[in-house]
Amino acid sequence: MSNKIKNLTLKIWRQLGPTTKGSFETYKVAEISDEASFLEMLDYLNERLISEGKTAIVFDHDCREGICGTCSLMINGQAHGPQQGGATCQLHMRKFSDGDNIVIEPFRAAAFPIVRDLMVDRSKFDRIIESGGFITAPTGGAPDGNLIAIPKPVSDAAMDSAQCIGCGACVAACPNGAASLFTAAKVAHLNRLPQGQPERFKRVESMVETMDLYFGSCTNHGECQGACPKEISVDVIALLNKDYRKAKFASRKDLAR
Amino acid sequence: MTQATSSHRSPVTGTAVASKRRRLFLLDLYSTAVGKKYVMAITGIALMGFVLTHMIGNLKMYLGASELNHYARFLEELFYPIAPHGVALWILRGGLLAMLVLHLHAAYSLTVLNRRARPVKYQSARDFQIATFASRTMRWSGMIALAFITWHLLDLTFGVVNENVGAKDAEGLKDVYGNVVFSLQRVPVAIFYVIANVLLGIHLFHGAWSIFQSLGWNNPRFNKLRRSFATAFAAIIVIGNVSFPVAVLAGVVGN
Amino acid sequence: MSLTVDLLEQNTVNLNSKIPLGSIEDKWDNYKADMKLVNPGNKRKFKVIVVGTGLAGASAAATLAELGYQVDSFTFHDSPRRAHSIAAQGGINAAKNYQGDGDSVNRLFYDTVKGGDFRSRESNVHRLAQVSVNIIDQMVAQGVPFAREYGGLLDNRSFGGAQVSRTFYARGQTGQQLLLGAYQQLARQIGLGGVRLFNRTEFLDVVTVDGRAAGIVVRDLVTGEIESHAAHAVVLATGGYGNVFFLSTNAMSSNVTAAWRAHRKGALFANPCFTQIHPTCIPQSDEFQSKLTLMSESLRNDGRVWVPNNPNETRPPHEIAESERDYYLERLYPSYGNLAARDVSSRAAKRLVDKGQGIGPLKNGVYLDFSEVITRLGREVVQERYGNLFEMYERIAGENPYEVPMRIYPASHYTMGGLWVDYELQTNIPGLYAAGEANFSDHGANRLGASALMQGLADGYFVLPYTIGNELAPMLGKTIPGVEHPEFKKAEQAAREKYDNYLNIKGSRSPDWFHRELGKIIWGRCGMERDEQGLKQALSDLPALHEEFKTDLNVTGDGTSLNQTLEKAGRVDDFFELGMLMCRDALERRESCGTHFRTEHQTDDGEAKRDDQNYCHVSAWQWGGDAMTPNLNIEPLEFEAAHLATRSYK
Repeated sequence: MSNKIKNLTLKIWRQLGPTTKGSFETYKVAEISDEASFLEMLDYLNERLISEGKTAIVFDHDCREGICGTCSLMINGQAHGPQQGGATCQLHMRKFSDGDNIVIEPFRAAAFPIVRDLMVDRSKFDRIIESGGFITAPTGGAPDGNLIAIPKPVSDAAMDSAQCIGCGACVAACPNGAASLFTAAKVAHLNRLPQGQPERFKRVESMVETMDLYFGSCTNHGECQGACPKEISVDVIALLNKDYRKAKFASRKDLAR
Repeated sequence: MTQATSSHRSPVTGTAVASKRRRLFLLDLYSTAVGKKYVMAITGIALMGFVLTHMIGNLKMYLGASELNHYARFLEELFYPIAPHGVALWILRGGLLAMLVLHLHAAYSLTVLNRRARPVKYQSARDFQIATFASRTMRWSGMIALAFITWHLLDLTFGVVNENVGAKDAEGLKDVYGNVVFSLQRVPVAIFYVIANVLLGIHLFHGAWSIFQSLGWNNPRFNKLRRSFATAFAAIIVIGNVSFPVAVLAGVVGN
Repeated sequence: MSLTVDLLEQNTVNLNSKIPLGSIEDKWDNYKADMKLVNPGNKRKFKVIVVGTGLAGASAAATLAELGYQVDSFTFHDSPRRAHSIAAQGGINAAKNYQGDGDSVNRLFYDTVKGGDFRSRESNVHRLAQVSVNIIDQMVAQGVPFAREYGGLLDNRSFGGAQVSRTFYARGQTGQQLLLGAYQQLARQIGLGGVRLFNRTEFLDVVTVDGRAAGIVVRDLVTGEIESHAAHAVVLATGGYGNVFFLSTNAMSSNVTAAWRAHRKGALFANPCFTQIHPTCIPQSDEFQSKLTLMSESLRNDGRVWVPNNPNETRPPHEIAESERDYYLERLYPSYGNLAARDVSSRAAKRLVDKGQGIGPLKNGVYLDFSEVITRLGREVVQERYGNLFEMYERIAGENPYEVPMRIYPASHYTMGGLWVDYELQTNIPGLYAAGEANFSDHGANRLGASALMQGLADGYFVLPYTIGNELAPMLGKTIPGVEHPEFKKAEQAAREKYDNYLNIKGSRSPDWFHRELGKIIWGRCGMERDEQGLKQALSDLPALHEEFKTDLNVTGDGTSLNQTLEKAGRVDDFFELGMLMCRDALERRESCGTHFRTEHQTDDGEAKRDDQNYCHVSAWQWGGDAMTPNLNIEPLEFEAAHLATRSYK
C-alpha cells in the first residue's frame, strides 16, 4: 500500500552543454509516493520547476521498463542507483527513506560528453558496433533457419550476453572508463554462434581497436558487472581477450579482410 | 537562460571504412589496451614466479647460516660449468629486469589511457560494489613495492646501505645470512619490510586473479578457483616474507 | 499498369489500393514478376529518407542501402537501438510449421484476418504470412539467438490462444533481439557509408511539391536547428500513437507527430479508432504515474482472475473466502476461462471496476491469483515458469506475487490504425511510404499476439525494398526539387513559427499536464468501450482543452538548445488533433468489431456485434483544414479467400 516519503534533498548536476561549466543544484522534494519510480520523482520535480518558470532538468529516458537502455544517472555514487540488476527507470522510491540526501550526477567519461544536465552522448557505442558488431547477412539470401542446429547451451550463452541494453553503466561504473563489458558482450554473443564464425576474428579485432580509440582499459575491477542492469558477467571480457589474441596470432592470409 | 552550444551537427556515415596500418604482429598486439594487458599478465606471471622462488629460497634461513649461504652460492654457480661463474644468474636477473620494465611500461601506458578516459572525475563520492581495495590501489601498491625492491637491492645485493655485505662466513662463502640478520635487526627497516610485503600481497591478490581474465583463461569449471588461487598465493607470499623480519627481531633467526 | 485494379474512386482522393491481379497466393509473385527494376548501377542516383529506426525503419534503411540506394536515416533517439520495438516481449509469428502441427501460410493468413475481425486488407495480410518464413531465416542468419530445443533446432510456442505453435521467441526479450539484429545491419551500412544517420533529430513535416513527396523538415534536438532534406522517396516508420492515452505501455517519447504531419499534408489516416488494449498490465498507482508496464499474457495460463463480490470489501485478499470471490472470466466464458481474448477479458475487467468491485488502494484493478497453481504444482514449478515476471512485478508493485495476488488492469498497448497505404505501402501521396505500426494495413480491428514484430520486419526487409524500386525506376534522369525549393522554405518557416509560438504562450500549464488531461478524456470516452454520447462529449471537450493548450501552455527554456519540454509540446499538440479524429472515427463506425466496442452494438450476452453490411470497409480520413472537419473516404474490403465469420470465445 502506498506511503509517502518525506523531506528528500536532491543534489542534481546542472550543466548547459558539453564545454560549459556545471555545478550541483539543491532541490527539496517535500513528499512523494513510495510507489513512484525514481524518474517519476524527477518528472514531478520538473513539473514544479516549470510552474515556477524554471528550466526543467534534462535527463535521458524512454521505455521506463528497463529494456531500451536510454536512462542513465549516477545515483549516490552508483550507476543506475542502489539496486542490482535493474536500470534507473526500474528503481522505485520505496528504496529510499524520509530525510534522505540523494546525489544525482551524469555518467562521466571522455567518450560520453554531457549534452545537457544529466544527459550524455553515448554514440561511441554505435561506432563500436559499426566497426564489426554484426554478422554480414544481406537481406534475401538467408538459408533456412533450421539448417544449422545450434546446441541449446550455446544459444543460451549467446543470449545471456546479447541481452546488453547499451546503457553505458559499465563505462560509468568502471574506475577506468572502459567499455570492455559492452564490447565483449557483443563479441561473446556473435562469436559464440555458428553464424558468427566467418567474421569471428575480423570482428573482434576491429571492435577492440575501435573501442581503444575512445575508452579506457579493463583492469579487472569487475565494477561493470555490478552496475550492469542485465548482470552480464565479466567472463565475456575473458572471451574477448582470448579471441583478440587468436585474431592477432591467426595467419593474415586465412582471414577475410 | 544563456545559450549552450549551437554548432551544426553532421550526420554519421562511413565510420568503418578507414583501414588501420598494420605493424609486426607483436607490436600490433601491444598497440591496444588488450595487448598491453597481455603483457601485464605474462610479465606478472614471471614476476610472481620470482617472488615465489625467492621466498622459498629464503626459508633456508630457518635451517641455519650454512644452508642459506650454500644456496646463495648455488645460485651464483647455476649452470656452471656450461656457463661461466655467475653468468646464468645475471642472465636471469636481466630477464627479470626486462619483465619489470615491460610491466611498468604497460602499467604506465594504461594509466595514462585510463586517466584520459575520464578527464572530469565524479564530483560526488563513489559507492563501489565489486571493485576491491586491492584492485583500486594497484598502482599505489605497485609503486611502493617498487620502492621497496630498490631499497632491498641497495641493501642486500649492492650493500650500499648494509655494512655486512662483503663479509665471508666460516666456510669462506658470502655471508648472506649475516646480511639478512644485520638488515632486519634495524627496526625501521623491518617495519618497512613488513609494510611493503603486505602491500605486495594486496597487489598479488588482485594481480594473480587478473591474470586469468587478461589472458582469456576462462572456464566455468575453474572460474571459482581463480579467486581462491589468488588469495592463497598472496597469503603464502605475505606469510613467508613477513616471517623473516619477525623471526630476526624475535631472535629465532640470527643467534 | 494492367496488374492492378482500381477498387473505388470516391470523394476527392483516389483510393487505389493497387492490389495485383491473380489468386491470393499468386498476387505477390505476380507483383514481383511485373514490377519495374532499377539497374544496380543506377540505384546510387536515388536518395531515400527513412524516418524511424525501429524494426521497420532499421530493416528498410539497411536493406535499401545494401541494394545501393543512398539512404538517410533519422531518429530522435541518441542511438537507433533505442526504438520502442525493443520492448516487445512475447515473440514473432511465422508460418514455418517446424512443429508439424498443421500450420501453413494460408492458416496464418486466415488467423490474422479473423483475429483482425475482418477489417484488414486480404492481399496485404496474405503477403505478410508468405514473407513471415523469410523473416525467421533472415534473423537467424544475422545471429538472433532464438530459443532452441535440446536438439539444436528452433523452439516454438503457442501464443495468444493460437491453435498452432508458430511463435519464435528469445526469452521474454524477442523484440530486443530482433531490433538489435536489424540495428546491427543498419550499423554495418552506416559504417560502410551506405546510410547517413541523423540521431537526436526529430521529424517535423513532410514537404510535397506538385503532389509528390519531395523531402522532410527536421529539428535537431540538440541545437534546435530546423532544416530540410530532399529525397526521391520518404519512408515513415515512426510507430503507433498509443500515447494519445497518456498512460500506455508505449515508451515515453513514442508519438504520432510524423504520421500526423503527413496526414495534414494530405496523407489519409485510416481506422484511427482501432487501438488495442492489453489486459495484463500493472494498474496505475498514483496521479504522477508516467507509464504502465505490461506483464506477459502468458501469466493467464496459470493465474486465476477474480474480484471480491462485495464492492466495499476492505480485507486483504487471503482473508476473502472462496464463496465471496467472483472468478468472472471462468463464470462468463466457461470454455476459454482465464484465457479469453485480450479485448474480451479487458472489457470484463473494466465493467467490474466501473461497478466499484475493483481492488487495490485506488480500486482500479483485478486480482490475478496464483495461489491455486502454487498449491497444485508447488512453488518451484511456478518459479521456473514465471520467476522473472514475478520478480519484475515485485520490483514495480512492491508486493510478492507468491504470497499476494497480482493486481492487473488493461492498458493501451498497440494501435492498428495508421496512415492509409496501398499494396506497395505507399500512402496516397506518391513517394511517401508508411511501414510498421505507422501504417494501418495488416491487423484490421485487432492484432494477434506476436504479429507486430512480424509486420515491422516484413515491411522493412521484404516489401519496401521491392515496391520503392517500382516507384523510383521511372524517375531515372529526372531532377527532383532541392531544399531551396519554396515549398521547403515555407515548411521550415511554419515549423519555426510553431515552436517559437509554444515558447511565447507563457501560460500556466506544462505540456505534460495537458497530455494527462487529454489522456483522461480519450481513455474515458474512446478506450475499451465507446458510445455515441461519450464520443460526442469527447468531441466537444477535446477542442476546448486544445484551445486552452494554445493559450495557457507553459514551456520554459529556449528553442536553441536541448529542451525536452518544448519537444513534448509539439507532440502533445499533434496528439490533440489525432484524438479528435479517433473519436470521430469511433463515432462514425456504428458497429463493434475487434477492439472497437460500441456499447450500442452488442449481442444479448454482451459480445461485439459486427455490421458487415455497412462497415466492412476501411475508413480513410482526409485532413479537412481543421481537426474537427475531416473528410471520410471509404475503401471497401472484399474477402475472397477468407470468408466472413463471427469470432466467439464462449
